[in-house]
Amino acid sequence: MSEIEIQKPTKEMTVSDDVMIHMNAVHKWYGEFHVLKDINLTVNKGERIVICGPSGSGKSTLIRCLNRLEEHQQGQIVVEGTELTGDLKHIEQIRREVGMVFQHFNLFPHLSILDNLTLAPIWVRKMPKADAEDVAMKYLERVKIPEQAAKYPGQLSGGQQQRVAIARSLCMNPKIMLFDEPTSALDPEMIKEVLDVMVELAQEGMTMICVTHEMGFAKTVANRVIFMDEGQIIEENEPNQFFDNPQNDRTKLFLSQILH
Amino acid sequence: MTERKSDSHELGSHPDWSPPASTVGVLGWMRANLFSSPLNFGLTALGLWLIYQIVPPIINWAFIDAIWSGDSPDACRNEGGGPKAAACWIYIDHWFNYLMYGLYPKTEQWRINSAYILLLGGMIPLFIPSFKYKGWISVFLLFVFPVIAYFLFAGGSFDLAIVETPLWGGLFLTLVIAITGIVVSLPIGIVLALGRRSDMPIVRALCVGFIELWRGVPLITVLFMSSVMFPLFLPEGMNFDKLIRALVGVALFSAAYMAEVVRGGLQAIPKGQTEAAGALGLSYWKTMGLIILPQALKMVIPGIVNTFIGLFKDTTLVLIIGLFDFLGVIQATFTNPEWGGFHTTGYVFAAFIYWCFCFSMSRYSMHLEKKLHTGH
Ligand SMILES: Nc1ncnc2c1ncn2[C@@H]1O[C@H](COP(=O)(O)OP(=O)(O)OP(=O)(O)O)[C@@H](O)[C@H]1O
Ligand SMILES: [Mg+2]
Repeated sequence: MSEIEIQKPTKEMTVSDDVMIHMNAVHKWYGEFHVLKDINLTVNKGERIVICGPSGSGKSTLIRCLNRLEEHQQGQIVVEGTELTGDLKHIEQIRREVGMVFQHFNLFPHLSILDNLTLAPIWVRKMPKADAEDVAMKYLERVKIPEQAAKYPGQLSGGQQQRVAIARSLCMNPKIMLFDEPTSALDPEMIKEVLDVMVELAQEGMTMICVTHEMGFAKTVANRVIFMDEGQIIEENEPNQFFDNPQNDRTKLFLSQILH
Repeated sequence: MTERKSDSHELGSHPDWSPPASTVGVLGWMRANLFSSPLNFGLTALGLWLIYQIVPPIINWAFIDAIWSGDSPDACRNEGGGPKAAACWIYIDHWFNYLMYGLYPKTEQWRINSAYILLLGGMIPLFIPSFKYKGWISVFLLFVFPVIAYFLFAGGSFDLAIVETPLWGGLFLTLVIAITGIVVSLPIGIVLALGRRSDMPIVRALCVGFIELWRGVPLITVLFMSSVMFPLFLPEGMNFDKLIRALVGVALFSAAYMAEVVRGGLQAIPKGQTEAAGALGLSYWKTMGLIILPQALKMVIPGIVNTFIGLFKDTTLVLIIGLFDFLGVIQATFTNPEWGGFHTTGYVFAAFIYWCFCFSMSRYSMHLEKKLHTGH
């Protein structure tokens, strides 16, 4: 019974089987404050979306709605064929498939790097410890810091911590990765090492949604750039068009500010 | 010592010098810490004078003038019959068994001693850093040991004679109350703290109500009510053991304090930790158990141990409902016509024993803090 109810909206909304995320007329309020206004967004498998916009425009809120760290009050969000409602089962199911990387890394400081990486595979995916450690080491090698496995997060540089955070998400083998300003808490020389990892991930075909102001990154990997202001999607275009030929005045102003 | 020359060195070729003599060694330390200014000098002098005034009399009382041998209390008395102004250690020796076990039958005291040995034997491996099975030992101490201890102490099965709780006493009873209180109050406190931060209004209200009720009432009142009012609510003929009522009272009372200590720790953990755990798909309980509580509890170890120490000393209040804990049995000896009257020695001994236990807890907490530190 419940299965039919879940499947139905998916079928109606899905354009093709490749749709990973579908947001339909999503609204959200913080108390009286209308933070997301009529958000419509479809992300296909393998697409890389960059979201930018001025501070306070609702970028973080939007991507945090995608794994229910924030709750939307109106409209529908369907991730991987499952609609996000209050149902905890669905939320946990979606969170297993959607990785998230935060601005401030949010590594678990009381656990070693290796334990940070193996925790979710062991406790959520019920993977045997030895297998989880193999997977963890594989991803630590991919982000080029296997030698740090035994250390604690407090002993790593910001760039290294963020790469560990990315590896931690990847250990769950997610189908979608969300990034919320992953480089904006980092010193300039560390930004590149994190972006390199992200570019590599994009080249492997990961579906990615990145909130970032790294325009070089957007130009290299994004299929689409989305500009948000005051809780709305103002403009949406492929990167070359977006940067060279912005349509909206607010986009032009924003671009002139960040590109000088 | 390297000779100090102010000649210039090529960039990157400066040799290591040893630090100036005035900053190292005993003299350097004294100069920096004791005599660095006139005020500091004055305070040092005052401190030395106070030590001179206090320490020698204590040493005289406790060791030099103290009575160490003799079979009768007269050895500790003046001509007039009053106690001498020195420690009467033979009094402690005479009462030692009573102070340790209360009226617990001498022939059955091996049961208590076995439990002590089991407990200590279980705790020693916890201090050995390389020992691997700490988790199992902890499970044993927390869940198996109490059951074994209960059957040993109370008897009534396995061919052990029943020992009624009114016979329990002395340091043994103090430890029973304190350890039960400590072991029970921490988990209850954690659950209450989590409940107080829950999203569910009913759960939250219940927890807040419980915590505020127990924190708002003095322990003495709790104990009185447990022995006077509790029976009124119980059905006719049902009679709870006095000790059990005291245990429940002490444990719930401490749990309320514990809950607030733990809540302080929970509040100090950044929201990002819960979010990161949630984003990885961990459920609420896994997030709490694996991510939040380990960090929060580590942060409030000093507060938790503070509550434990308070609980340990508060156990003395069970005296007023007629249980003879360690302090209770000491006071009981004072009324003995032959061997009584050595109040000072008795109280100093009591204070010393309580201090030993509390100080050990304090040291253990510092050891734990250092061990769990991971550099954040
Ligand atoms: N928990 C909250 N309660 C109330 N208001 C909030 C909350 N979180 C965010 N807001 C408000 O919602 C608006 C959007 O916040 P959001 O964090 O999504 O912005 P953002 O686009 O990510 O900005 P930034 O670039 O600074 O990260 C802001 O005005 C913010 O003050
Ligand atoms: Mg943001």
